[in-house]
Amino acid sequence: MATAAPLPQVEPAYSGSGVWSWLTTVDHKRIGILYGVTAFGFFLVGGLEALAIRAQLMRPEQQFVTGSAFNGLFTMHATTMIFLAIMPLGAAFFNYMIPLMIGARDVAFPRLNAFSYWVFLSGALLMNSFFVVGAFDAAPGWLSQIPNTGWFGYAPLTERQFSPNLAVDYWMIGLQILGVSSLAAGFNFIVTILNMRAPGMTMMRLPVFVWMTLVVQFLVVFAFPMITVGLILLTFDRFFGTNFYISGNGGDPLLWQHLFWLFGHPEVYILILPAMGIVSEVLPTFARKPLFGAPFVIFSGIVIGLLGFGVWSHHMFTTGLGPVADSAFAVTTMLIAIPTAVKIFNWIATLWGGHIVLKSPMYFALGFVALFIIGGLSGVMHASPPVDLHHQDSYFVVAHIHYVLFGGSIFGLFAGIYYWFPKMSGRMLDDGLGKLHFWLMFLAMNVTFFPMHFLGVDGMPRRIFTYYSSDGWDTWNLVASLGAFALGASMLIFLFNFFRSLRAGAPAGNDPWDAATLEWATTSPPPLHDFDKIPVVTSARPFWDAKYGGHGAPKSKQEAVGGHAAAEHVVLPNPTIWPLVTALGILIFWTSFMLPSGPVFGVTGFGVLVLLFGLFSWLFEPLE
Amino acid sequence: MQRRASARTASILLGVALASMCFGCSWVLGDTPMSTVHPTTPEGRLIQSIYAEITWIVLAIFIVVEGLFLYAIVRFRQKPGDAGVPDQVHGNTVLEVGWTIIPVLIVMAIAVPTLRGTCALQQPPAADALTVNVNGKQWWWEFEYPDYGIVTANELHLPTGRVANLMLRSDNVIHSFWVPRLMGKRDLVPSRGQRLWFTPEEPGWYVGQCAEMCGASHAYMGIRVKVDTREEFAAWVESQKAPAKTAMSDPGFMTFMQAGCIACHAINFDGSPARQRVGPNLTHVGSRTTIAAARFENTPENLARWLRNPPAEKPGSLMPALNLKDEQVAMLVSYLQNLK
Repeated sequence: MATAAPLPQVEPAYSGSGVWSWLTTVDHKRIGILYGVTAFGFFLVGGLEALAIRAQLMRPEQQFVTGSAFNGLFTMHATTMIFLAIMPLGAAFFNYMIPLMIGARDVAFPRLNAFSYWVFLSGALLMNSFFVVGAFDAAPGWLSQIPNTGWFGYAPLTERQFSPNLAVDYWMIGLQILGVSSLAAGFNFIVTILNMRAPGMTMMRLPVFVWMTLVVQFLVVFAFPMITVGLILLTFDRFFGTNFYISGNGGDPLLWQHLFWLFGHPEVYILILPAMGIVSEVLPTFARKPLFGAPFVIFSGIVIGLLGFGVWSHHMFTTGLGPVADSAFAVTTMLIAIPTAVKIFNWIATLWGGHIVLKSPMYFALGFVALFIIGGLSGVMHASPPVDLHHQDSYFVVAHIHYVLFGGSIFGLFAGIYYWFPKMSGRMLDDGLGKLHFWLMFLAMNVTFFPMHFLGVDGMPRRIFTYYSSDGWDTWNLVASLGAFALGASMLIFLFNFFRSLRAGAPAGNDPWDAATLEWATTSPPPLHDFDKIPVVTSARPFWDAKYGGHGAPKSKQEAVGGHAAAEHVVLPNPTIWPLVTALGILIFWTSFMLPSGPVFGVTGFGVLVLLFGLFSWLFEPLE
Repeated sequence: MQRRASARTASILLGVALASMCFGCSWVLGDTPMSTVHPTTPEGRLIQSIYAEITWIVLAIFIVVEGLFLYAIVRFRQKPGDAGVPDQVHGNTVLEVGWTIIPVLIVMAIAVPTLRGTCALQQPPAADALTVNVNGKQWWWEFEYPDYGIVTANELHLPTGRVANLMLRSDNVIHSFWVPRLMGKRDLVPSRGQRLWFTPEEPGWYVGQCAEMCGASHAYMGIRVKVDTREEFAAWVESQKAPAKTAMSDPGFMTFMQAGCIACHAINFDGSPARQRVGPNLTHVGSRTTIAAARFENTPENLARWLRNPPAEKPGSLMPALNLKDEQVAMLVSYLQNLK
């Protein structure tokens, strides 16, 4: 395999590796790595929170943490995993891979991209600042300031009357800031995918991962405004004494539930579709066949995204919306099973007749399919309102969401990590350790979450910090807790593998998996400018066709992927610090309202100044 | 040979999975106090029938799809002889149409009984239903029988053979009333009057719990329901309508006033409805089997423990620690225990 010729130019000031080069980077690959490392860090934090939860529930009437600390742990576990781990892990791959897969040199708005990351980091830190704030709090222990009203934040429990401390403010504002980041990234990727495709890369030639990313970004752009509105109303209730969700004064707590789930259900698809996209890349590569029925997989992804906006009230069957609303939402919810089934059948058909190479990325992709089937099927069960009157807020639903989000999203994302690590680092992750990681994680995952189905059927409500031995839930809680600790151990294997391979892994070469898409046509890791020459695409599997010949294959591989041709005149954006400064202004502005000593308006003003200064400098700095 | 061996492996795997599932069902789903699959009311059995139908359909799909999936992995894994690339099949429209239609049919099979059940369970209750106002508090339940002028807490008495129509209300945060062996859950959303009705048939005690996260002691918001025979229920109603058995001059009541209990709790001496509604009505607290929303059995030791420091027993409890002296606690315990 030919390697790209070294380039004489375009290695400007920011090819360095110092801290400053990372703070000022606008390179989509570096921002992808920043997202990935940050998100994985929060994944570990969320995992530790989960272990504390399982330690508390391991035995009946255990006294590991208090009731409100437990509420805080499950609130932050869910919030962290959803917003600070799974979403940004997806974003890491969007950032790193999308430009490579569509044959572009960067995203459409590189500086906005940097801004998205820094705003994300600000929101994440603000949300987790209970570690710091709790230390200054009169009540003992940092856990006293942990947000503890659930990731769904149901009003009126989140109102000042019932949750007077700062924790809910941090959660609320943190979420709002994360929304800014997601929206900025959403617009950026929509424009990137629609406008930055290489010549010949028509929409139906886009890899399925890119398609799923596009669907996700539309979901972000349409769903996040809902929670933005919901959070603004809550902010007004908490800070300025309005009554949007306070029933006594004419407000309605159900308004929050509608706004939240109008966001919250599409959010589930925001979390799962990237994983589906990754699996749709990994399965064909390792079955050594094209994805079976790719247009059907793409369209079923679009249909899932659209239907995702029409099912939100299935989270509210127990609130008694009446038979008409319940029936309508039951039917729309069940309809989602159809495109989902189509996807699963197409994945199985992709395997059918292939030469399945069982390497670690494939293990995780196959694990995804096996576990997601379970999560999808239990989802159909509580789509039925009468059944949901039992399942809602029981451990059955806890089992369901973990089969979807852990068995689904996390396994899919790990498939992506094992699949693309060689491209990002130039080195292979150890395959044996990867398989060991897979088997431990797969078994522990089932030991942890499958018994939760039984607990739900046996009537265990979720979000209870303790239970009595007379409830009859001891055995399965103990099993689930032991499984959770094994899950934690499986992450240690991965971390060991990751750090060892980063230094001493076998060199990967450009195309270790004999894959079909464009990112494998460039070097590992790719040069700063991604491609020496922008490739001209003539099929849905440009790199495969270049290697093997086939439908629409060019005469030579170089012609397809731009291999040896002399580099074009490449113009890349300058590194800049201003997106970071602007994000910092936002962080200072909001923090000023939520200091333990009360709002300090001097700090607010300073935040505004920093924000304006950052924006002004950003606007007047030359792009190239 | 290779093919047959893989097929055999797959079928063995499938058999093991099936066997463990059947084995699983028989003992994993215990006969727990809050089991969702041991309904005792016609309404609960309606849910159960839908639940069962969907469960069997879903299990069948699970076996077929996971079976195909496992078969494909085993059968089509790369073998030493596999040279070159496999057939590059891009798709098949007939198959696509087929596996779109099959889920449509399955969804219809699930939807029909679901919609029928959804409507049946939300019809207005029978006209002669017994109405009980259920008020969710942080973290206890108030039960008010408007027909009889009774206000009690945490232990709901219902007669057999008469529809119980629970009017669910909250003036604080959202709670959810869930006694699984009687019926599915329904939320108590402030500002909305929700309703849950069902027809108790089997006398006995039932266990339930708040099912919507409602704050620090959400886990300690238990429910006990006693389904009485008609005679038992009539006797219970009479006993609850009676005023407190003691006089206001009782030394225990003096302690009750001096310690400040009376600021939140009512004891009725004249048969009039209770006025203090911050905490549970205690007129007949001695007749209840549990205290503090099923947190403890109602024994003198537990009551004393509770009175000394409620927030220690129930995090965030709105009932404060009153720093009672030992003799005050003893006096209150014997007094409250006697309020049968």
